[in-house]
Amino acid sequence: MNKPLKQHLIDPEICIRCYTCEMTCPLEAIEHDDNNVVVDASKCNFCMDCIPVCPTGSIDEWRVVNDPYSLDEQFEWDELPAQADIQTAGGEVETGMEALDEAMAALLAEAHAGAGGKAKAPASASKPTVNMYNLGKPAKAVVQGNYRLTSEDSDSDVRHIILDLGGLPFPVLEGQSVGIIPPGTDDEGKPHLPRLYSVSSPRDGERPNFNNLSLTVKRDEGGLCSNYVCDLKKGDTVQLTGPFGATFLMPEDPQARLLMICTGTGSAPMRAFTMRRQRSVGAKSGGMVMFFGARTPESLPYFGPLNKVPDTLLKKHLVFSRIPGAAKEYVQDRMRAEEDVVAEMIADPNTHIYICGLRGMEEGVEKTLTNIAESIGQPWGALRDTMRNEGRYHVETY
Amino acid sequence: MLDLINVSYDTQIPNNVGLSSDKRVLKALEKWHPGYINWWSDLIPQNFQQSLVYLRTAVSVDPKGWAKFDYVKMPEYRWGVLLAPQVEGRTIPCGEHFGDPAWQEVPGEYRNLLKRLIVIQGDTEPASVEQQRFLGLTAPSLYDMRNLFQVNVEEGRHLWAMVYLLHKYFGRDGREEADDLLLRSSGSEEAPRMLGAFNEETPDWLSFFMFTYFTDRDGKMQLESLAQSGFDPLSRTCRFMLTEEAHHMFVGETGVGRTIQKTCEVMNEHGIDDPYDIDKIRSFGVIDLPTIQKKLNLHYTLSLDLFGQEVSTNAANAFNAGIKGRYMEHRVKDDHKLTEDTYKVWDMVDGKLVQHDVPALTAINMRLRDDYSRDAAGGVSRWNKIIEKAGVAFEMKLPHEAFNRKIGVFAEKLFDPEGTLVTGAEYDAGMKEWLPTHADGDFIQSLMKPVTEPGKYASWIAAPKVGIDNKPGDFEYVKLHMA
Repeated sequence: MNKPLKQHLIDPEICIRCYTCEMTCPLEAIEHDDNNVVVDASKCNFCMDCIPVCPTGSIDEWRVVNDPYSLDEQFEWDELPAQADIQTAGGEVETGMEALDEAMAALLAEAHAGAGGKAKAPASASKPTVNMYNLGKPAKAVVQGNYRLTSEDSDSDVRHIILDLGGLPFPVLEGQSVGIIPPGTDDEGKPHLPRLYSVSSPRDGERPNFNNLSLTVKRDEGGLCSNYVCDLKKGDTVQLTGPFGATFLMPEDPQARLLMICTGTGSAPMRAFTMRRQRSVGAKSGGMVMFFGARTPESLPYFGPLNKVPDTLLKKHLVFSRIPGAAKEYVQDRMRAEEDVVAEMIADPNTHIYICGLRGMEEGVEKTLTNIAESIGQPWGALRDTMRNEGRYHVETY
Repeated sequence: MLDLINVSYDTQIPNNVGLSSDKRVLKALEKWHPGYINWWSDLIPQNFQQSLVYLRTAVSVDPKGWAKFDYVKMPEYRWGVLLAPQVEGRTIPCGEHFGDPAWQEVPGEYRNLLKRLIVIQGDTEPASVEQQRFLGLTAPSLYDMRNLFQVNVEEGRHLWAMVYLLHKYFGRDGREEADDLLLRSSGSEEAPRMLGAFNEETPDWLSFFMFTYFTDRDGKMQLESLAQSGFDPLSRTCRFMLTEEAHHMFVGETGVGRTIQKTCEVMNEHGIDDPYDIDKIRSFGVIDLPTIQKKLNLHYTLSLDLFGQEVSTNAANAFNAGIKGRYMEHRVKDDHKLTEDTYKVWDMVDGKLVQHDVPALTAINMRLRDDYSRDAAGGVSRWNKIIEKAGVAFEMKLPHEAFNRKIGVFAEKLFDPEGTLVTGAEYDAGMKEWLPTHADGDFIQSLMKPVTEPGKYASWIAAPKVGIDNKPGDFEYVKLHMA
């Protein structure tokens, strides 16, 4: 059996046959007959040059297939076939198009495994762009700033890095990740693979309408890429791949309610979500509630700015586990203390849950959610599966 | 080294042709610029000029950079001079100079011919904005209003593109022609636009969609053949314009399609099976399919006239000179000289329609018109799919090319839409079934009520399937200025 692959297709019901994509494609992978405009799966290399030039949006279609649709099949279509359920020996294949290269897709699949099933994007999420840049064709960004977010005497060194893309298009949505390629080669003399980092700025840039983005990166002792990133100086050039990720996205529906649970640098996407809401709908929204854990206030990224976000936009529960003289408190402890709030939210079909941080947090949070759900007569496993299938339950842990 | 991909903003006029180091042309364009801005400001109603419109602007001419979307006030839209990148070693694709290196300067012997082609193309661009100037007031949604303005600003940019060529390559004559492009005006008694179809007002939104579908498609075909020009700067200009023109085709095709869609939906909703139950259909605030067919008949035939005479020595000369190629010249498999070939054209012999062979060189217009008809037929069959899917028994059709013509062998002769010669009495009797009547126009006009709430659409048109730039359904495409 063939290995499933992602195939680029054009929606014949929306395409107006202007052939602009065909004229743009550098590989002549696109052709047409009197009926349809079609993509040759054996030629398309996902360079994405055809995507922005299409006036209709019909070109941004993808299907995971065992055998690619042939040109003749595509010529016959009146409408695009639905995504077939594809089964392989290893179980279900990721069809959310998180990434188009296997290494990145595998990383994201692992990060999302905690959701307990196939991740799905929120129904009203914007359509993400993935894999615009890859190892063969990385984007170059220039470091605009590198600021330490944690206090100097804290043992955790978390950095806020701002990258300027200059004139390069780099459409990234809140919740998506980018890859950073550390310079140099590995033991076998091959270039290093990119490491994934969640973007912590909203889609219109760290500064509105500047083509820049920010990352939140913690220095790991001995970590090849994190040390490289944390040591970057203003003006340095960085090689980026991505964007990646097509499910851990925020709903565009302003009435959707967000329940965000995070630790440490898991706050990066939450910061992006919050800023997006702040810039688009502000407090005229369904609201957001955050449980954010760190050892101390000094080691909690964005402690100062977070406290300035009004409660009407974002209700914050900042939880600390290493305050001298105080009992250790973890996010799940505070969630239990705020049981009524959490219970009311998980019962509301407008609620979207996001969990992001170290893998270790999953177990505790899961247990607490199980208890709370059961206290309102809902078996958590079933509720979680429903929420996940509706694109309302998202986990990204590492 | 000049950057010929990214748009430079170091002069008042965004460009990728190194204007800042071409003082003569820069000065000439800067002199022309205020006249253009005045033309624009006098044209479009003021509250739209102040509104924020979600428009696409190019920051570079490569695929990644030319579709940047953001809110802009139209007078601040970055009109500029954008040429597709030069292709290394490009040769003249047709005619007697076939295979020679493409001209980077105007060949003296063809100077007047070239200038005339550029002026005619340039004249249509502002003309269509003039024809559509009041449509914003009756837009069926903010989405449609945005699409109208996108078409308008890009037509404005296309004028810039032609004016640049006139200033850069045609000296004093060129400058005078560029000035005249702002003096002529659509529908004017003293100084009308050069082509007939561009002097008719676009009275309503269905006409606008039909215009962008049929008449802009003629523009697309002309641009396609000028993109094959041996005069390289003209070819590069037109190639970039074509990417923008695709949006205009999109507005036309989906606009008519959404109108048809809504009519079919309403018919189904009220259990109306007969598409000719016109009064009843109209009573629900949608446009009946037979009336849409009549609008189609009108706009298609007006547009056919834009291709000129079937047999034309001017067209032959332009092809032979390598100034203007055929549609997709580079994909046509022949000697690209047409010295021996023939082509079938229509003629009237003894009062009968016949087709006969003429030298292909003289039938360039006819060939382009045939290519046009094929291209136009595609969208019509997609409209029919909408009707078929809704289960309504009706089929849209392109009328025979002999019907309702003012130019060429069919001119002033009476044909019905099937291409049959008819008597004066039959013609008069048929007219009200074939072309829109005043009463049809009045009815359509009565539906033209503006809708300005985001995500809402007028009664007669369906919402689009996909938003512009993938925006959600209730996106505010135009932030209207409230005076």
